[in-house]
Amino acid sequence: MALLEVENLRTYFETDAGLARAVDGVSFAVDEGEVLGIVGESGSGKSVTSLSIMRLVPQPPGRIMPGSRIVFRGRDLLAATEAEMRRVRGNDIAIIFQEPMTSLNPVYSVGDQIAEAIRHHRGVGKREARARAVELLRQVGIPDPERRAEDYPHQLSGGMRQRVMIAMAISCEPDLLIADEPTTALDVTIQAQILDLLAELRERLGMAMILITHDLGVVAQVCDRVVVMYAGQVVEQASVDDLFREPRHPYTEGLLQAIPRLGRPVERLAVIPGTVPSPTAWPVACRFHPRCPYGWDLCVEAAPELFPAGDGRATAEGSVSGDGRASDESGSASDGHASRENRASRCWLERHPERREEVRRRTGAYEASRAGHAEAPAERWHATSAAEHAAPGAETAPPDAPVRPLMGDPDTEEDVRR
Amino acid sequence: MSDAARPRPSEPRAGSAGAPPGDVVPPVDPAPPDALLDAPDDALLVVRGLKKYFPIRKGILGRVADQFRAVDDVSFWLRRGETLGLVGESGSGKTTTGRAILRLIEPTAGEAIFDGQDIFRMADDELRRLRRRAQIVFQDPFGSLNPRMTVGDALREVLQVHRIARGAAADRRVHELLEQVGLSPDHARRYPHEFSGGQRQRIGIARALSVEPEFIVCDEPVSALDVSVQAQVLNLLADLQDRLGIAYLFIAHDLSVVEHISDRIAVMYRGRIVEVGESEDVIHRPRHPYTRALLSAVPVPEPRRTGSRPAREPDGGRAVGAAAAPTPEPSHGGCPYRFRCDHPRKDAECSRVVPPLARKAPGHFAACVKEPDVPVSP
Repeated sequence: MALLEVENLRTYFETDAGLARAVDGVSFAVDEGEVLGIVGESGSGKSVTSLSIMRLVPQPPGRIMPGSRIVFRGRDLLAATEAEMRRVRGNDIAIIFQEPMTSLNPVYSVGDQIAEAIRHHRGVGKREARARAVELLRQVGIPDPERRAEDYPHQLSGGMRQRVMIAMAISCEPDLLIADEPTTALDVTIQAQILDLLAELRERLGMAMILITHDLGVVAQVCDRVVVMYAGQVVEQASVDDLFREPRHPYTEGLLQAIPRLGRPVERLAVIPGTVPSPTAWPVACRFHPRCPYGWDLCVEAAPELFPAGDGRATAEGSVSGDGRASDESGSASDGHASRENRASRCWLERHPERREEVRRRTGAYEASRAGHAEAPAERWHATSAAEHAAPGAETAPPDAPVRPLMGDPDTEEDVRR
Repeated sequence: MSDAARPRPSEPRAGSAGAPPGDVVPPVDPAPPDALLDAPDDALLVVRGLKKYFPIRKGILGRVADQFRAVDDVSFWLRRGETLGLVGESGSGKTTTGRAILRLIEPTAGEAIFDGQDIFRMADDELRRLRRRAQIVFQDPFGSLNPRMTVGDALREVLQVHRIARGAAADRRVHELLEQVGLSPDHARRYPHEFSGGQRQRIGIARALSVEPEFIVCDEPVSALDVSVQAQVLNLLADLQDRLGIAYLFIAHDLSVVEHISDRIAVMYRGRIVEVGESEDVIHRPRHPYTRALLSAVPVPEPRRTGSRPAREPDGGRAVGAAAAPTPEPSHGGCPYRFRCDHPRKDAECSRVVPPLARKAPGHFAACVKEPDVPVSP
């Protein structure tokens, strides 16, 4: 049984601009001892998801909608009383944030703060709590922990503060640690140390982890499984290996092609045109369609479900395209490892795989934006059909018009206008 | 030749740190025989011995107790139409370097020869003319845009201040600029808050372009952007360089981004350039242990089993206990990196000499006395 199951989580916010559906029907599970990555850009809903699990969403303006379920060890946390939740936080599930300075109290020494957390949750004496705090600081790799325990947060570097936060988070040996962009504010060498520390603690304490990040490199390094979020929804889930070898959702594919790879420079980066949409005005039907190189009429008419994906069907066909992917796929297909069962992609391409091949052959999909070819993007469907199809099936007001020609890659966008 | 024997530029006296700019910046000694400094004839910018010290004040009288050496003897050059990436961790002095060479902050010492003229010794009117040729793009363009001015007005203002265009000509130029950065002329009527992060950065770039500069300092221009938008701005910068021949000093902490955009890369550590060379050489054949540590720390977006990731050095800054050891403020002698260094030949010499940038391969320089040099004239 899964340690944590999130089912159809919907967390909405009342804003001046209207109802923001920040998290809109998110489901996933975390197994004991597993590291699940949640990847997404700003506004994708990944942080609100973690706050919802902890029931730390400010209400109002936020609201976890009826029908949402967050089940931890068989118990629905959304039905728990506030007193019960206080016991869950820290004891069962702990969370660390990007900027530890905002979660540490500036007027208490870090040793006192950790000791207080231990006394609060464990009911042990002052001296024992203090000794345990020092031991925890040692465990997270802080040198000379007896002395460092006397330090105030401002006396520590960013990396040291994050270590203190981790010490506090593991002080009650939680079963699940949620780390929300834990290394985003840190230098790359310090980030590497913190990621190593998290991996080591997970090994030693056997705790499960949800790692929330926008950095696909961090995901590849630390996670077992990945959930990709876009516009408040899960658009793809897969094991780390599968995701990087063969992304199924066009958004994931675009992200992986848009990041520069160290040591493998390309002349030009592929581009996902347009911008991340606003939670008060998600695009209709498929929320990625205004930015998708594969989209067609169906994508504006009906919202795709999270379809099972890549279950050997696509890989059995072998020659997907001439871009070198094919050999990777047939290789991993023969492994036939179990994680494939969990692959899913919220995209109509799973039902119409021929479309993927066709677009790649005809326009090169994201390859087109990389090369800046004139003819390819002009053939794309959305220049014309998006506007025509937006009105029927509309869930909300359509996003403020076909914004694409204004924001995207200059070359491709100019081509679209012609 | 022994490193200690190399001539070093003179240290400024403590009192000169807050001295007025322009004419009293102490000159540098005759160039040391570092091949780094034989800049090519077509160099647009040659920076030599740049220092920026900030006074550390103590006590109730604010007595200057020490100097914080934010930038300490930095030298580099940049060709026309070329991109030099400047990479380093927070506090390495890369942003201070970028601002000092444009005199947005006053340097303590050194020279910055831009097309034959020393920026550090320019008078006010010369400096104003320089602003038409050298510009800067910031990480957060929103912070530098007036929220009560439409984008069109903001751009028109720049054109008027520099007496480039007014009236209908200015309007035409504004439209042209917006199209150049992939926005539409309609956007001229909007206010900064109406734009997304990526669009604001395009506006910041349009503003820098408005004076038709030859050189732009790009200070972390994509760090605040979403991954999917970052590529758009990087491509835009590359296109503009191709079309307009602009040289960039591209400052960033993300090595992958710096490698992608740069022809050459300079790595900074604690106010010094510790390595500089062609991008490919620095990334694939790093010659400074700090560069190696940086490279091994970058998380690579590839599944772990492919084995394409470079193997971690046994204690290349990754071991939890060792790397967490505090780095003492370096005394003013010795290699500033020696406390974190894992070079197999590290020894007592490293705490005696400040390693100068020395040629380790053609066009490739590193400040490590434990890496073999090659002769200056091969």
